[in-house]
Amino acid sequence: MKGRDGDLLTVQDLHKWFPIKGGLLGKTVGQLRAVDGVSLSVMKGETLGVVGESGCGKTTLAKTILKLIKPTKGKIIFDGSDVTDLSGRKAMRLRRRMQIVFQDPYASLDPRQTVRSCLTEVMGVHGLVTSRRESEEAAENLIEKVGLNPDHLLRFPHEFSGGQRQRIAVARALVTNPDFLVLDEPTSSLDVSVQAQILNLLKSLQREFGLTYLFISHNLAVIRQVSHRTAVMYLGRMVEIAETEKIYSEPKHPYTSALVSAVPIPDPSRRTELAALEGDVPSPVNIPPGCRFNTRCPYATEKCRRETPPLVEIAPSHWIECHYDIDFPSMKRSDLERGLISGGERAPE
Amino acid sequence: MAVMSRALVTKDAVLEVKDLRVDFHTYAGDVKALNGVELTVKRGEILGLVGESGCGKSVTALSIVGLLPQNAEVVSGEILLEGRDLLRLTKEEMRLARLGEIAIVFQDPATYLNPVINIGAQITEILTSDRRRFQVELVSAGLKDFEGRVQGKPLSPALEKEGRRLRSITPSSRMRRGEVKRLAKLLALSYLRMVKLPDAARVFKMYPFELSGGMRQRAIIAMALARRPKLLLADEITTALDVTVQAQILRLLKELKEKIDASVVLITHDLAVVAELCDRAAVMYAGNIVEVAEVKELFANPLHPYTKGLLEAIPRPDSRSELKSIAGSVPDLLFPPTGCRFHPRCPFAFDRCPKVAPPLVEVSPGHLVACLLYGG
Repeated sequence: MKGRDGDLLTVQDLHKWFPIKGGLLGKTVGQLRAVDGVSLSVMKGETLGVVGESGCGKTTLAKTILKLIKPTKGKIIFDGSDVTDLSGRKAMRLRRRMQIVFQDPYASLDPRQTVRSCLTEVMGVHGLVTSRRESEEAAENLIEKVGLNPDHLLRFPHEFSGGQRQRIAVARALVTNPDFLVLDEPTSSLDVSVQAQILNLLKSLQREFGLTYLFISHNLAVIRQVSHRTAVMYLGRMVEIAETEKIYSEPKHPYTSALVSAVPIPDPSRRTELAALEGDVPSPVNIPPGCRFNTRCPYATEKCRRETPPLVEIAPSHWIECHYDIDFPSMKRSDLERGLISGGERAPE
Repeated sequence: MAVMSRALVTKDAVLEVKDLRVDFHTYAGDVKALNGVELTVKRGEILGLVGESGCGKSVTALSIVGLLPQNAEVVSGEILLEGRDLLRLTKEEMRLARLGEIAIVFQDPATYLNPVINIGAQITEILTSDRRRFQVELVSAGLKDFEGRVQGKPLSPALEKEGRRLRSITPSSRMRRGEVKRLAKLLALSYLRMVKLPDAARVFKMYPFELSGGMRQRAIIAMALARRPKLLLADEITTALDVTVQAQILRLLKELKEKIDASVVLITHDLAVVAELCDRAAVMYAGNIVEVAEVKELFANPLHPYTKGLLEAIPRPDSRSELKSIAGSVPDLLFPPTGCRFHPRCPFAFDRCPKVAPPLVEVSPGHLVACLLYGG
């Protein structure tokens, strides 16, 4: 995937491997391949949803993009310039433009800091304000933007409910007036009625400030509500990227289609057989050879166990990483193996 | 199928919870966690108990199995399991009830398995702890296995002796330790297979840390089924699991429903899971049951303002629409709102709501609601 005009962020072949130390001498005995060759781009003003099961590398991807951890390999291009190796003051300036909201607002707020000092501290760090009055006004402004009121500024995190805490975390992320926000499971620890409040807040903030979101979640229903495009991640790689409606209505990768049909629908009149994939996700320490989904794919062929499929564009802005481009649910593996539908197989690029 | 049809004919209650009030004594004061819970579980059904965190779903479940923490006090109420009040049982009687009549499966399977004992031993422990009760089952498992082995083969004297021995065992007869062990293993394996654990014989020897989250949850379900409960409480059993694994477990529960002769209370915060699996659902809010109905009726025609709000607040995987949220958040039960506990968040609240606690009334057959808008 190449950078295009209108892309705020482009990630090219990003890898993050964590070495596993072992033995007496602490030698590296293996690599945990958390992010293993991810390429994607996020357009200005859009929400790109990243969905995947636990351990697939979603959070590592977010941290690597924000340069909170160093990538092993690959490029991060933000607003036209390569930021992969930025450090020091330049990195600080970049941080102003990229912020993050974490999953657990009980852990991400300092329990001994009032809301006001939580917000003004960020302003101080980035040198955004010159006087105390200015910073306090800015804090009041922000807290209203996220639907709390200035009285709340003098309170401590424990005095707030989970939803309110997440509002504070959002306010803190907005202090530097960023262009790009990474939302790492921002509603997973909240109850449904509160989750809806936060999702609506995020949507309205996006409209108001023209924000670009990378929205990470394991919840497909949430992703469908908020994102314009959706990327499906499996074991450190993107297996499918497309417009959100496409992902849900015509998933092309067998993993996506299994994932989509495994989600229970809150409508008892539409009970269907939930498609259940067999087995569990393999460990990112021992990634299976060939296509990494082959151990659970109901359609895997000999080729899938041998060759790694490339990420290809099968329709405009619809990318999948699979050897076959066919309507999977109606096919059987035996058909593939017998070559009955060999028309679906792509020539290697 | 036999179980199903019987369930349809005799829909009598297995469990009745009446006006259950539970307080938690804390340093900050008394938390009024349950405020007169009314609940009926019918024979053979899957009842969904749904609500947000802190609404008292788990406290209700813990009260039923008699595992409330020390600082909890049952202020009033009755919990009738087939007419017998569980709250009046002694500790020992309650233990036996947990062994044979009610089973509970919790959210986090890693916490509820013993990490230093293998899965097989944990199941056989259950199977042999009340010998008289399980002897019949052990022997029938043994006989089944025996018949499988001898099928079509001429009987050797040794086999013939074994068959005679198995057939001669009655519920009260004494069995040798080795024999019990062998038969218990056979039976345990059959439960592991029932929950679709791949390669049951290998899992039997494995320790909990060697299993994935989904497999652990299956192992725990097997342990619960091994007690042949009349009532199975499943407390957020899929919450800690990934969607694809959640789908496996939900599918398993659906299949088991046809096989086992137990009523299931499925406790969850996820309305989609209720829609997928349950026959009836009870919605809880701040220590009260606010609405009970058949699942189809509840989703098509929700009456309580909280249920309505909840249904509009869930993001749907099948369509994209503006989410409506319920203003405010769940109340602190140290100082619960007076009258109807939902009134501070309710868009339809009127002058009587803060004064009168609404009773649960039946507004149409099988559809109960606790809201002053519908009388009461």
